[in-house]
Amino acid sequence: MLYISGARLVADKQVRIASTKIYGIGLKKAIQVRYRLGISGNIKIKELTKYQIDQIEQMIGQDHVVHWELKRGERADIERLISISCYRGIRHQDGSPLRGQRTHTNARTCRKQIRK
Amino acid sequence: MVRSLKKNPFVVNHLLRKIDKLNKKAEKEIIVTWSRASTIIPTMIGHTIAIHNGKEHLPIYITDRMVGHKLGEFAPTLNFRGHAKSDNRSRR
Repeated sequence: MLYISGARLVADKQVRIASTKIYGIGLKKAIQVRYRLGISGNIKIKELTKYQIDQIEQMIGQDHVVHWELKRGERADIERLISISCYRGIRHQDGSPLRGQRTHTNARTCRKQIRK
Repeated sequence: MVRSLKKNPFVVNHLLRKIDKLNKKAEKEIIVTWSRASTIIPTMIGHTIAIHNGKEHLPIYITDRMVGHKLGEFAPTLNFRGHAKSDNRSRR
């Protein structure tokens, strides 16, 4: 197994697919990174040289916000809403939907986070 | 849908006038308003605005972090205190 910036990547997948395992890197950014380094689309993660892996890691570290940094940013945004006690902040605290969805039934997705 | 920048943020005229007047005098008093749709703009910082929630006016002190939100977001219209507990004993 191989680690790139803290995420375990599947060794026998194409670079573009495998790097979406990194939190904060989707298909679009994965393709962008691969394209800028000039890595062929057919190459799989296990076939990469050490130098290329270093390059990928460097590029992601420079240009993209990933993992705990991204998660901390999301958390800070929610904390801001709560601290000014606006409608969305209050709904975050209650664990109810923020965007005017119905709550008579459904609204399971947002309530899921409370139970954990 | 984002509002066009050319039009500037929406604030009701009478509210804007009141704030300008208070800013000129450098005074502070509670501004009563029914306009929940007005955006909070930097000139409002430091004022206390009493926002209508459909029943009464809730005084809210405007801080710099609230800029860009609407006034109505800070005066909740629903006050839900949980469901009433069912009284099974009284029926028997």
